[in-house]
Amino acid sequence: MSEKHITTAVLGRRQVLKGAGLGALAVVGAGLSAKDAFATPETAAAYLDKMVGSGGSEGKINLKLPEIAENGATVPITVSVDSPMSADSYVKTIHLVAEGNPNPELISFNMSPGLGKAEISTRVRLGKTQFIRAAAVMSDGSVHTGSKEIKVTIGGCGG
Amino acid sequence: MRYKQIMMTAAGFLGIAIIVAACAQRGIPTGGDLKSGYFYSMPETQAMQWDTEANDWADFDNPGFIWVDQGAEQWDTINGEEGKSCAECHGEASSMAGVSTTYPKYNAEDGKLRALQDQITDCLVNRMKAEITKDWKWEGDLMLGMTAFVKLQSRGMPINVAIDGDAAPFYEEGKTFYNTRRGALDMSCANCHVDYPGSWARADLISNGLPNGYPTFRLKWQKFGSLHRRISGCNKNIRAEPYGRGSDEYTNLELYLASRANGVASEAPGVRR
Amino acid sequence: MAKKPRVKVSRKGGLVEIKTLISHKMETGLRKDSKTGELIPRMIINKFVCKFNGEEILSADMHSAVAANPYLAFYAKDASSGTFDFAWTDDKGNTVTASADVKA
Repeated sequence: MSEKHITTAVLGRRQVLKGAGLGALAVVGAGLSAKDAFATPETAAAYLDKMVGSGGSEGKINLKLPEIAENGATVPITVSVDSPMSADSYVKTIHLVAEGNPNPELISFNMSPGLGKAEISTRVRLGKTQFIRAAAVMSDGSVHTGSKEIKVTIGGCGG
Repeated sequence: MRYKQIMMTAAGFLGIAIIVAACAQRGIPTGGDLKSGYFYSMPETQAMQWDTEANDWADFDNPGFIWVDQGAEQWDTINGEEGKSCAECHGEASSMAGVSTTYPKYNAEDGKLRALQDQITDCLVNRMKAEITKDWKWEGDLMLGMTAFVKLQSRGMPINVAIDGDAAPFYEEGKTFYNTRRGALDMSCANCHVDYPGSWARADLISNGLPNGYPTFRLKWQKFGSLHRRISGCNKNIRAEPYGRGSDEYTNLELYLASRANGVASEAPGVRR
Repeated sequence: MAKKPRVKVSRKGGLVEIKTLISHKMETGLRKDSKTGELIPRMIINKFVCKFNGEEILSADMHSAVAANPYLAFYAKDASSGTFDFAWTDDKGNTVTASADVKA
């Protein structure tokens, strides 16, 4: 997540307020509004619904994230699913989404029984403090979901 | 609010104490009262820098090694009109163990203080007759990679710069820079890094400002970068005009910072927030 | 000089631990050029594929929120011997590959 973008987006939101007050709504015409500047819990849920269908049961998914990310630009994340990863019972896909990023989608994994366990680590960009959501589709078609909050700090020493 | 701040600071110091003890147990020099920026980082950032359990330093999770790999490749690559590689004169890179910890260092030939980058440039220009391409400039990928690759040979060894004799005037200049207020905020380096280490500047835990992890992969930059780039960022933060990377001002300051880190393990390539 | 992808394959606890790291800016397409004010076009690695002896065991669809220098760590089953092939593909369709062998 580029900080420049965050600034732009936040300014955009302020511009909406200021612009409304001054009646100078043309300023907002650039396309930055509070609505489309960041994903929301709703847009994140809608994205997941599109990927895995609505419903699914909470559980079986473990998200490992720092409690506080020192910098949102590079945040380690590990997702694991309770599954034997055997030929007839394995995780087919995992989708990770963010509720507070410019776009909800983070990364999706297409998996197979060739994997020794259903655990994958990567690093993502997170724009602000928010919930990360995960949905896993199992080989029998069932869907499991999980989520975790992460605090993203804006440091005092940019440098 | 005040209570929360005190508790967080106390927790921070307790965390530092625990990790310092763990490192000392593994034979990594942790220095005296002043601690590496590593100890002011969160566990996830520390884990990204190095695996203290591993028996070699080729830490896979550290993205800085993308640059170190390039430096390693260059070590054996013939470059310039003389048809030489670094290895031709220096042999195995391991012969560099204990070299980088003495930089910045006074050079009698030109009477100047040299950062490790200056020494590498001197080798390229004068001994190898190689061209200083964009990648070999101070913040270029190859210069960052070579600097870190040479420093890697001294990883875990204590910083050991000389500040007496011919180095003394440069040290004094650096010390003066460190203690001089500058910029619109009228702050010196010491105002944060001597007066308030362990306190919070918004969400940042202020460190002792030691240079032992540089070049470092900085999470904020999302890339590998030099100490002078970091210092330039500090200067901009206090609304002061930064000096150039490789400038005499910053090299003198680097010597002063390194002298504060004498006895602390060299960590480059580091990972910082 | 192109930076090579880094790959580490090691046996660990009855499994094969795989770690990959590739140098890439992962330009989001959301940033503006500080001088011109123009949006910098998106340019990311959007696909990662890992195959073992020619058969895909994991692929990842990456979006612009994946951090610069994409890192992935995962575990394969411990097969006796064979080759892991890795491929990263960017928005322009360019693919970078790497491979690693495991021996019995």
